[in-house]
Amino acid sequence: MILLPCAWCGPRDAGEFHHVGEATTRPDPRTASPQEWRAYLYMRENTCGWTTETWYHRMGCRRFIRVERHTETNEIRSVTAAGAPAEATR
Amino acid sequence: MATNGHRQPARRAGYPAKYSALGLFRRGLTHTEWPPAWRAHPIKRSYDVVIVGGGVHGLAAAYYLAANHGITDVAVLDKGYMGSGGSGRNTAILRSNYLTPEGVKFYDRSIELYRTLAADLDYNVMFSRRGHLTLAHNDSSLRTMRWRAEVNKAEGVDSEVIGPAEIKRLAPFLDVSQEARYPVLGALWHPPGGIIRHDAVVWGYARGADALGVHIHQNTEVTGIDVTDGRVRGVRTTRGDIATPLVLNATAGWATLIADMAGVALPITTSPLQAAVTEPVKPFLSTVIVSGTLHVYVSQTDRGELVFGASVDPFTSYAMRGSLEFIEGLAGHVLELMPALTKVRLLRQWAGLCDMTPDFSPVMGPTPVEGFLVDVGWGTYGFKAGPVSGEAMAQCIASGRTPEIIAPFGLDRFAEGVLVGEKGAAAVGH
Repeated sequence: MILLPCAWCGPRDAGEFHHVGEATTRPDPRTASPQEWRAYLYMRENTCGWTTETWYHRMGCRRFIRVERHTETNEIRSVTAAGAPAEATR
Repeated sequence: MATNGHRQPARRAGYPAKYSALGLFRRGLTHTEWPPAWRAHPIKRSYDVVIVGGGVHGLAAAYYLAANHGITDVAVLDKGYMGSGGSGRNTAILRSNYLTPEGVKFYDRSIELYRTLAADLDYNVMFSRRGHLTLAHNDSSLRTMRWRAEVNKAEGVDSEVIGPAEIKRLAPFLDVSQEARYPVLGALWHPPGGIIRHDAVVWGYARGADALGVHIHQNTEVTGIDVTDGRVRGVRTTRGDIATPLVLNATAGWATLIADMAGVALPITTSPLQAAVTEPVKPFLSTVIVSGTLHVYVSQTDRGELVFGASVDPFTSYAMRGSLEFIEGLAGHVLELMPALTKVRLLRQWAGLCDMTPDFSPVMGPTPVEGFLVDVGWGTYGFKAGPVSGEAMAQCIASGRTPEIIAPFGLDRFAEGVLVGEKGAAAVGH
C-alpha cells in the first residue's frame, strides 16, 4: 500500500485518491489558439524523476492537493494544498 | 511455405541453419551444438537506419526493412536484452475486434501476419487461435459489443455477440448464473483471436533480421540524439556515437524520454500494468476470457499456467513493481468469474510499462524533426500490433511516405484534434 499524506487528512491509502495528473496552467480560453488549447489538453511532460502533480482526495476530504513525487521510486517530497479548483483540475 | 504476400528473403548461405525435423533428429543423434540464432557484432560508427528499442516493434521493423525493402544497414539498439520490456511482459493475447474501422483494419492485418509468422520466420511462435471472449456484465457493455461486432463484420472480421448458454458451452468453468455479483449478460465472441508465445516472436524476428544483415546491439543505451537544423544527424550511446540520417523510436515505457532527446513532445503518460501467472493445472480453459467490468483477462498457456492481466495502475509511474492491492483485487475478480479456482496458487506477478495516449490509439509516423520517426504510445495493446507496425514503419522509412494503414495514427492528429477513440475496445479488453 502506498501512503499519500493529504494536506488536510494526513497519511492515507493512495487508493482513496484520484490521480489528476501533472500540474499545468490552463491557457486563457479567450485568447488561446486551438493548437495551444489542444497542446494543453493532450501533451504531457511525463517526467521520469521528480514531478509536481495534482491529486484529488475523492474518498476523503474531497479537496485537491499538490504533490511532489518521484515517478521512478514513488517517493513523495512535499504535499501542499492546491490552488483554486479550476486550476487544479486542468 | 506460406508467403503472406511478402517476398521471401534469400538467407545467407549456411547461417543460421534452417530449423527442420530432420535437423532436430540429426542433432539429437550427434549432440552437436546448435549455431547461435543471432550474432553479436562490433558497433559500426554509422548506419542507414537506427532503431531504438529491441522489442517486437523494433525488431519487426528491422526485419521488414531488410526483407521487403532490401535495407540492411540497420542497427537495433536496446538498453537491456531484447524483449526485456513490454514484449516480454504482456499477456500475449492476439485479437482484432476493435471499435473503429481504422483500428479493426490495422489490427486485422497484424493477425494476418501472425497467422503465417512461424512459416515466414522459420521459427515456432506457437500461435494458438483459440478464440477470444469478451464478457458483458451490463447493458452498456453489451451495447458497445454489438457496435464492435457490426464494425468488425463490416471490415470482414469474424465477431458476434452470443448469449450465456453459448458462453457456458465455450467455457464450462465460467459462472454464468444470475446469482453472480456481476451476472454475465452476453459476450463478444471473436474466433480468430488467441495467444502466442511472445518471446518466440521476439527471437524469431531477431533471428530473421540478423540473417539478413541487421545488427542487433543489446545492452546499448541511447543517451542522446543529435539534431541540427531540424534534422537527425546521429545518436549517442553508451558504446559510442553513431552517425545516421534516420532514427525510429520504437520504445515503450521510455518513449517520452527518447523523444525528448530529439526535442519532440508526445501526448503520452506512462503507467505500470501488472500481470500474474498461476501454477500449472490441467487444460480446462480453451478460450481467452476478458471482462472489462471486472478488469481482468485470463488465458491458459500450453504449459497449463493461467495468465492474468488487468488494467493499468491508477496513477502514472515508471516503477515496475508489483503491489499487494493488485493481487488481492485480481484474485477476487478471477474468483467471481471462475469460483472453482479457489485453491489454485499464484506463481508470480510482474509489471510492465504502458505508454497511454489520450485516445487509446498509437502514435506512428514522422515527427516535426526530419529523420526522427515514432512508433510509440502503444498503451496496453502494443504486442498484438508488432508485425503490422513493423511492416508499416519499414514501408514508411523505405518510401519516405506514410502508408495508408497508419495514416490515422499520426502525431499531428493531436494538434488538429482528429483523434481515433478506441477506449471502448482497448481499455481493458485484450
